[in-house]
Amino acid sequence: MQNLGRLGFSEEQADLLDVAANFCAQRSPVQRVRALMTDELGHDPGVWRETVDLGWLGVAIPEAYGGVGLSLAEVVPIAEQMGRRLLTVPFVSSTLAAQALLKGASEDQKQRILPLIVSGSPATLALAEAESDWDLEAIASTAMRLPDGGLTLSGVKRLTVDAHVAERIITSVMLDGSPALVIVDAADIPAAARRRETIIDETRRSFEIDLTGVPVAGANLMPQELARHALHHIHLAANLLTAAEMCGGAQAVIDTTLDYLKTRKQFGQLIGSYQALKHPIVDAYVRYEQARSHLYSAAHNFSDQGAGEIATRMAKAEADAAFSFASDRAIQFHGGFGFTYDCDAQLYRRRAIWSAAQHGDATYHKRRLAELLLPAP
Amino acid sequence: MSDAPGPDPKDLAAFAEDADAWFRENVEPDPGFMLPLTFMEVGTDQQFDFLQNWQRRVYEAGYLGASWPKAYGGGGLHPDFQAAATRAMRRANGPIMLNAIGLNWTGPLLLDLGSEAHRHAYLKGILSAEDIWCQGFSEPDHGSDLGSAQTRAVRDGDHYIVNGSKIWTTLGRYARYMILLARTNPDAPRKYDGLSFFLAPMKAGGVETTPIRKLTGEHGFTQTFFNDARIPASGRIGEEGDGWKVAMRTLEYERGARGGQAGGYVSVQADAWDVVRLAERSTRAGRPALEDPVIRERMVDFIIEIQSLSLCRDRLSVSPLNAERPSGLPLSSKLMQTEFARRINEFAVTLTGARGAYYVGDPNAVDDGIWARAYLNAFSATIGGGTSQIQHNIIAEHVLGLPKG
Ligand SMILES: Cc1cc2nc3c(=O)[nH]c(=O)nc-3n(C[C@H](O)[C@H](O)[C@H](O)COP(=O)(O)OP(=O)(O)OC[C@H]3O[C@@H](n4cnc5c(N)ncnc54)[C@H](O)[C@@H]3O)c2cc1C
Repeated sequence: MQNLGRLGFSEEQADLLDVAANFCAQRSPVQRVRALMTDELGHDPGVWRETVDLGWLGVAIPEAYGGVGLSLAEVVPIAEQMGRRLLTVPFVSSTLAAQALLKGASEDQKQRILPLIVSGSPATLALAEAESDWDLEAIASTAMRLPDGGLTLSGVKRLTVDAHVAERIITSVMLDGSPALVIVDAADIPAAARRRETIIDETRRSFEIDLTGVPVAGANLMPQELARHALHHIHLAANLLTAAEMCGGAQAVIDTTLDYLKTRKQFGQLIGSYQALKHPIVDAYVRYEQARSHLYSAAHNFSDQGAGEIATRMAKAEADAAFSFASDRAIQFHGGFGFTYDCDAQLYRRRAIWSAAQHGDATYHKRRLAELLLPAP
Repeated sequence: MSDAPGPDPKDLAAFAEDADAWFRENVEPDPGFMLPLTFMEVGTDQQFDFLQNWQRRVYEAGYLGASWPKAYGGGGLHPDFQAAATRAMRRANGPIMLNAIGLNWTGPLLLDLGSEAHRHAYLKGILSAEDIWCQGFSEPDHGSDLGSAQTRAVRDGDHYIVNGSKIWTTLGRYARYMILLARTNPDAPRKYDGLSFFLAPMKAGGVETTPIRKLTGEHGFTQTFFNDARIPASGRIGEEGDGWKVAMRTLEYERGARGGQAGGYVSVQADAWDVVRLAERSTRAGRPALEDPVIRERMVDFIIEIQSLSLCRDRLSVSPLNAERPSGLPLSSKLMQTEFARRINEFAVTLTGARGAYYVGDPNAVDDGIWARAYLNAFSATIGGGTSQIQHNIIAEHVLGLPKG
């Protein structure tokens, strides 16, 4: 039998969970979320500043690069609480860009850029393409070497989160026939090369970027021999943090639905007394608690070679199942109001679909888990 | 609960090592007949005798009741010692502990609420399996609605005279004592306030049991009839009218929401990996069933789910992760575990393909038919101890704060 890992929880995680729960609840009430949905920027720069001042951008970055020196396990409670309150600052995108640098950059690149991220310079990853689905190594974009040692890029990246504020964008290209990661200065991307995408989750900002002709200085090519390893790490880290956001979202949508079941009356009774609503909401709740146990197991085991990948894929698969079910039932259990734009159920249902589409949904991860857990056919 | 100081890690490690060695030595790999997977499944005298003897030996070796006080027959050790012994038992795949109702709910109840006389009279016999206990809560007309139970107990001097009938009495045929919920005041304004809780002798005049045949065709539980049965008033726990409160407390021990159990386990968990191996052995068109992508995906679902159960158990002790709804995981665990067991056994039966049509006793049955039998028996836990539907109501009302229906 395989070692699937046990659950563990550190004092630092407990502290961060506590602080993040309060902070996100206060800074991101749902009226505020709705106001920001129609705002071009899509987040509150003051809240971003506070996030930076709390030191959260440096949580998983070693002290040598200006960080706090903890790990992604401690980022999980923050991402969870942000997901719960639909709080959108470029925190997860910048954290993942930092992870790409930690695993795939040269010492010089890490020294140069990680401290900037810690102090609030947003960064993001541009990895997805038209044909790539969730395979980060299926890359069609290319880089060509220039005589001066620099590169010039071509290709189109999609679903690049927070590209409107990121000062650095780490993107994947084929170079000399194999994958490479490069650090692009956002200033080198012409405004016309960036198109804001219409995405199902209106709280987020996501962009298509045409890389054609974008220059990259030689110093910004990340060591190519680390690229595959870095891409694998990014895939898992992104799934871990997305699973965290999804667990938070599942909790919130269950709470929102419960509020309605405890106030809305039909046939002279609170609708929450009807078992046709009561029992499925219990199923949603139990599913959520199980997903949350998987989440904190994945956080705890993340750095372990074998158990970490298994636990992370399980966490994402379960978070998807739990959040999708809870938010689907949330619409139904609000009746006609559930069908309206004003009902918050849609915010969570749309978020759940968005998050499932990030780096692999439940079916995808279960297929990978079959390979990891069961004898090969 | 325990009359011992905190454990010395060295002592604990030595104890665990001894326990491992003892169970390795003493667990018989194959007693030559099918052993029950849960205490609710004990059906034949052969099974009963084997398990009674097994529990007595475990107790005498010091690996059951290790943390109950010495004065009542326990080992007087810190609870960590019993936990280590239980782990050793599990590692060696030891058979279940038979006297579940005594070990897991009567015992802790007496330690918490019983008199000195009760503890001296009953606890040792519970541990040694000399005195088997059963539970008389459900009645033919009142199961989920336990608060409406009608079996009557009327005070008569030092005794109560009991009339009525209890049903689905697990181990009823073998039990020497019953924890009995009976109505002492039919005129109480609230039905719950008319109930009292008793430790009642089963081998007494006016108490009779008749066996009931289970869906598997075997005999399991009984119906228990009381005809002017006299039970001593000294066996009452709490005052007259406190019966409902005491009964609810025993359910908390049963569900593990309250501690004090003697240790060991009273049912064997379905294991997803056994089912993986079954899928490797089973075939579809000449190929292992485990090569079928649909079967692979369902298998992964079960592995994820069994891991959920284990992680949720780990999480019980991580209070910051349970701060918002502290009773959520404890009150959900019965539902999660019992429904999982039912579904994975059902899946296992389908894996055996055409041979799923055979049943226990046929030479062509896969693994002697244990999967089908385990599936049918799995309903014991989704119905007994409060049905899964009632568990949903409990979680909805007590964890999520929804109104009663
Ligand atoms: C193997 C086994 C061992 C048992 N051992 C014992 C024992 O040792 N001692 C003992 O006292 N009892 C024992 N029981 C009895 C058990 O506790 C009851 O069977 C159980 O509580 C259900 O009661 P019932 O059988 O009367 O079913 P009912 O209460 O009549 O239920 C019938 C159906 O209606 C559903 N239902 C009932 N009320 C509601 C509601 N409010 N909301 C939604 N659905 C509802 C139930 O879920 C069930 O599906 C045992 C049962 C089994 C199966």
